[in-house]
Amino acid sequence: MDSLYFFMDSLVKYGYLQNAMIAGVMVGTVCGFIGCFIILRGMALMGDAISHAVLPGVAIAYLMGFSIFIGAVITGVLTSLGIGYISQNSKLKDDTAIGLMFTAAFALGVVLITLQRGTGVDLWHILFGNVLAVSREDLWLIFFIGLLVVVSIFLFYKQILLSTFDPVMARAVGIPTNAIHYLMMLLLSLVTVASLKTVGIVLVVAMFIAPGATAYLLTERLPSMLGLSAVFGVFSAVTGVYLSFIYDVATGASIVLVASFLFALSFFLSPKQGILVQKYRLWKAGV
Amino acid sequence: MGINVRVNNLAVSYNGVKVFENITFSVESGQLVGIIGPNGAGKSTLLKSILGLMSIDRGEVEILDGSISKARRKIAYVPQRNDINLDFPVSVEDVVMMGRFPHLTWWGLPRRKDREVVTESLKEVGMIGYRHRQIGQLSGGQLQRVFLARALAQEAELFFLDEPFAGIDISSETMIMDLLRGLRNQGKSIFVVHHDLNKAETYFDTLVLLKNRLIAFGSREEVFREETLKEAYEGRVSTFAGSDKLMVVNG
Repeated sequence: MDSLYFFMDSLVKYGYLQNAMIAGVMVGTVCGFIGCFIILRGMALMGDAISHAVLPGVAIAYLMGFSIFIGAVITGVLTSLGIGYISQNSKLKDDTAIGLMFTAAFALGVVLITLQRGTGVDLWHILFGNVLAVSREDLWLIFFIGLLVVVSIFLFYKQILLSTFDPVMARAVGIPTNAIHYLMMLLLSLVTVASLKTVGIVLVVAMFIAPGATAYLLTERLPSMLGLSAVFGVFSAVTGVYLSFIYDVATGASIVLVASFLFALSFFLSPKQGILVQKYRLWKAGV
Repeated sequence: MGINVRVNNLAVSYNGVKVFENITFSVESGQLVGIIGPNGAGKSTLLKSILGLMSIDRGEVEILDGSISKARRKIAYVPQRNDINLDFPVSVEDVVMMGRFPHLTWWGLPRRKDREVVTESLKEVGMIGYRHRQIGQLSGGQLQRVFLARALAQEAELFFLDEPFAGIDISSETMIMDLLRGLRNQGKSIFVVHHDLNKAETYFDTLVLLKNRLIAFGSREEVFREETLKEAYEGRVSTFAGSDKLMVVNG
C-alpha cells in the first residue's frame, strides 16, 4: 500500500507522470480496438511487420525535420504494399513476404538512425519507448490518432466486419475489401506512431494482440470483445506504468508483461475456453 | 421472362493455370440451376466468376441486363462451411443482419425494419430459437440454414450457393431445398454448386455440367446422358443393369 500511496503522490506532483498515464490510457484503448480486428483477420504477423516498418519513416522524418507521423505512415503503407506485391507476384507465401519486407525496412531504419549519431535521436527510445518523456504535443498527437482510428472503425464497422468474416460475400455485394485491407494497414501504422513513446516499435505488437486475444477467449460477440480488449489495454498500460515507476524498470516492457499476464489468466481460467476450467469440468464429470 | 444471367465465351485462369474456357450459357429468371462436375472441374471458380470476383481472361458476364457492378446489391452468396471461421465472435442474428448491409448506407445503422426482416428470415429457416447462439455452436445443417436466412434477408434477385449440402443432415437439406424452390417460384434465379449427381437430377431445373469447359447445359434430359457424363467424369460412369439410371463411380 505504501508504494501505491507513493505513486499517487508522485502522480499528483509530477506532470511527466500524468502525461505518461494519459498516454498509456489512450494507447491502451486504441491498441485494444484495432487489435481485435488484427486477430480476427489473422494478421498478427502483419501487425508486427507494419510496426517495425515504421522505423525508417521515423528516422527519415527526424533527419529531414518533418513530422514522424507522416514518415511513419509512408513507410508503413509502402511496406504493406510491398508485401502484397511480393506475395501476388511470386510463389512465396504471405509469411515469407512479410518476413522479408519488414526486416529489410527495420534494418534500413537502424542504419539511417546510426548514420546520424549525435543528432539527439535515441534509437533505444524509439525501439522500446520512453514513456516518461511524453510531451503535451505527444498527447495531442496520440489523441488525434486515437480519435481517427476509433471514428474509422465506428464508421466502417459494417464493412470491416463483413470483409473480415466473409470476404467473398463482401466482395460480391461490392465492398472494396482491398481498400479495407489498406485502411487497416494505414491505421496500424498510425497506432504504431501513437504507441512510439509508450511501448516503442519492437513491443507494440503485443499491445495489438494480447488484449484482443485475452478478450477473444472471454466473449462471443464482437462489440463486447472490442470493449473488453480496450479495458485490458488500459489496465495493462496503467498497471505497467505503475510497476515501472515503483521498481524502476523499462515501462514499455512492463506494460507488455502485464498484458501477457492477463492473457495467461484468460487462457487458463476463462469460463468457456479456459484450459484449467475445461480440465476441472472433465474431472467433476468423472471422466 | 427476362434473362437473368448471360455468360458469353468465358475463360478464366487461376495463378496462370487455365481453369476453364469457352463457357457460354444464359439463364432466365425463375430457374434453379445446378453447377455440377468432378472435383477440380471449375465449379466454384465459375460461381465466383459470375459474381465478378475473378479476373477473367476472355468473355463477359451480364447480370440482370447489365454489368455486375450495377447488380451487386441484388446478389446473395452462401459460402462453403469450410470457408468460414466458426470461432468468429458473431451470433446467428449478427450473421443474418449482414444480409441487410447492402441496403444500408455506408455509415448507417440497422433500423427497425432491418431487424424485422432478420427475424422473419430466421423464422423461415426455423432458426429463430438460436438467434443469440454463437455460430460455432451450430450443426452443419443449422449453419447452412443461417446463411440461407442471411441470403433471404438480403431480398436478392440472384442466389449463389457453394456446396450447400456438403455434410449436412437430411432434414436441413429438405428444408433448404423447399425454400430454394419457393424462391424459384417467386421468379428468382438460384445457382447451386453441387457434387452429388443422383440428387442433382431431381433438384434442379437447369444444369451446367463442367469439366474445364462446358460439357453440357440445359434441362436434365439434355445433360443427364451417358455420353456427356462419361465425358465429364472420364468414363467413371456406369449404367445400372435393368434401369436407365446413370451412376457415377468415384465421382
